[in-house]
Amino acid sequence: MVPFDLSMIWAVIIAFGIIMYVLMDGFDLGVGILFPFAPDEQARDVMMNSVAPVWDGNETWLVLGGAGLLAAFPLVYSVLLPAMYIGVFLLLAGLIFRGVAFEFRFKANTSRYLWNWAFAGGSIVASFAQGAVVGAYIQGFNTEGLVYVGGALDWLTPFTVLTGLGLLAGYALLGCTWLIMKSEGYIQDWAYKLAPKLLAAVLLVFVAISVWTPWIDPSAYARWFSSIGLIWIFPLLAGLCALQIFRSLRKRREAMPFMATMGLFVFTYLGLLVTKWPYIIPPNHTIWDAASAPESQLFLLLGLLFVIPIVLTYTAWTYWVFRGKVRAGEGYH
Amino acid sequence: MELDPLFLSRLQFAFVVCFHAIFPVFTIGLASFIAFLEGMSFRTGDPTWERLSKFWIQVFAVVFGMGVVSGIVMAFQFGTNWSNFSYAASNFLGPVLSYEVITAFFLEAAFLGVLLFGRDKVPQGVHLFAACMVALGTFISSFWILSANSWMQTPVGTELRDGMIHVASWSEALFSPSFPYRFMHMALASFLTGAFVVAGVSAWYLLRQREVELNRKALSVSLWMILLIAPTQAVVGDYHGLNTLEHQPTKVAAMEGNWQRGSGVPLLLFAWPDQQAQTNHFEIAIPKLASFILTHDWEGELPGIAEVPYEEQPPVWIVFWSFRVMVGIGLLMIAFGLTGLLLRRGGRYWQTPWFLNGMRWMSITPFLAVLAGWVVTEAGRAPWLIYGVMTHAQGLTPSLTGGMALFTLIGYILVYAVVFSAGLYYLMRVLQDGLEEDLSAEATHEVERASRPLSATHVRLEQGEH
Repeated sequence: MVPFDLSMIWAVIIAFGIIMYVLMDGFDLGVGILFPFAPDEQARDVMMNSVAPVWDGNETWLVLGGAGLLAAFPLVYSVLLPAMYIGVFLLLAGLIFRGVAFEFRFKANTSRYLWNWAFAGGSIVASFAQGAVVGAYIQGFNTEGLVYVGGALDWLTPFTVLTGLGLLAGYALLGCTWLIMKSEGYIQDWAYKLAPKLLAAVLLVFVAISVWTPWIDPSAYARWFSSIGLIWIFPLLAGLCALQIFRSLRKRREAMPFMATMGLFVFTYLGLLVTKWPYIIPPNHTIWDAASAPESQLFLLLGLLFVIPIVLTYTAWTYWVFRGKVRAGEGYH
Repeated sequence: MELDPLFLSRLQFAFVVCFHAIFPVFTIGLASFIAFLEGMSFRTGDPTWERLSKFWIQVFAVVFGMGVVSGIVMAFQFGTNWSNFSYAASNFLGPVLSYEVITAFFLEAAFLGVLLFGRDKVPQGVHLFAACMVALGTFISSFWILSANSWMQTPVGTELRDGMIHVASWSEALFSPSFPYRFMHMALASFLTGAFVVAGVSAWYLLRQREVELNRKALSVSLWMILLIAPTQAVVGDYHGLNTLEHQPTKVAAMEGNWQRGSGVPLLLFAWPDQQAQTNHFEIAIPKLASFILTHDWEGELPGIAEVPYEEQPPVWIVFWSFRVMVGIGLLMIAFGLTGLLLRRGGRYWQTPWFLNGMRWMSITPFLAVLAGWVVTEAGRAPWLIYGVMTHAQGLTPSLTGGMALFTLIGYILVYAVVFSAGLYYLMRVLQDGLEEDLSAEATHEVERASRPLSATHVRLEQGEH
């Protein structure tokens, strides 16, 4: 009926949506993670101001991804959400608390410290839950037929705790390098000092996960070691990005550390995708098993092709309007 | 007692959706009111319209923000607690719900920013256009949601193959038989909600002699609105009921508390439905009136609840009483609309304390009526999740245990309690601040101000500080 593989197109759209979300909400979650460690209250004002104009646009990608999954790959939706039941709740609760903290912190005086904690706590919980989802995805899901049959806490294992902490460190690094780009003076000095430590933590966890994964998932070992192919380019490029972060931090470059951190995320993400391809619900279901009916995929695709350029343009415009340094006492009130 | 995941999931969904519903139902009505105010301001050039609009846009911003936050949870409820249903219905529901998300984002990206922050930056005509588009957008948004719900009530245009719904005709499925009535009923309910809240708040200001000229105008407009819409809603509701009688007879039987099929059925004003005994206690009734209302014939025949087996009956007590709450409030609304008309002689409507106090209290009733109405239609189709196709039990997530459902139920209640008491408290502060302040003199950096809902207000969270 349809001359091209809609599932393939949708897989690319969803994969694109996920990495957009990770990169963009990643840095503003990271700013929240770093919140308790900020040098003082004025620094917190600047930190929050640096992400305030863009954070809710960033979360657009999460909701779009969630709704898109139901429409294009309903099996993912109906297996992943039950499997991550408790994790999804923590994720949503975390996102709600930090979202509301954004609104009320600037309007609060005496209750400000409470909103600080809501912002930091919400960001940390949401980031950890997202990292645990990545770990659970690598582990695979216990399905029978088309239904999840595992327990409520199957997703919470030492491995997923590690991936949770890994993403926590990764987002913190994104947030830290974002601050280097957006701040100056003592706040920037603080971020410059913190970034190498975060990078070290990220690399440590990434190496641990890479070594651990083949034990969890034998097919990952087969993919990476049976035929030494082009896929090794991804870890190589990720490594180069890490090197670039170190070098640019030492030279006190302002934008490069953030760009290179995004590169590190992208290539790690691509490495993860090729490890699992074409499985969208490991270990049993491929993207074609999980797909909805072609007419449904097509029906939504038409609307999405119209809207994605608008969202991208709007996003780019917002970042352009709010470009440059954020200074204390300025900005969002 | 064993924890029942089915019961707890239904309770959780009801809680989350009720909490969410109060925000959009208000913003839909308010968006149209703001578009009206902007239109009047554009046409007459009278600055009072603009001042009113500025104030109500602030309220809109806060409520819209809370609606968005509570809506995010809804998008995940289907998957976490109703995964079998989500999967089976995904070919239809997936695209429909996604289009709702797309509409909302498009609206937010393109027009909300202009409405909230663009007054002094764009020509007045463009600002008016943005206000109209935001109002239209809220309707398009509710179109998708009500279309999905109506299809679940009266599923057509789809076929079930290998346990999965497939769409045969998008237009039939999107415009299912109950959709036009539900959409009209809900649109009018939103207008009534907007009108009663505006009227109630204005009445409160008038009682305190604050900005009398402005608030008199707002009260007058909303009273005309109520006078017009409240009776119309009764007529539309009646048609909605006739449509339900045709497609979901058991629901209507439960609404009427009518257990056995019969003709010349009385209208029950009071009764205590007893599902175990399949009968009512303490009936107070008007003879033959239910038959007349529903069939327009005093001897018309009405279906009975007991026609379907016990397991396929909805919880009659809940449906029966929610229906009476909704209708009772509706009649009260009509009464207040007429009273307002009578008090117009000599301009007493804005100077009569008992009436103003009454309007104050009435501002909460549309929310109760809307929730009661949704309880009627949702509980009334039980045990069906997709009417005649899939029951609640079949749609439930298989791996879900009672403990898990209880954990998240308590969790969502706690999260919402914290978040929304803060939101509501803040909204009260905005209302207390009132319209007096000249908001065009705000001292915010123009470029660096974030285009997000709550930045449209400049009220502090705590008392006494600005």
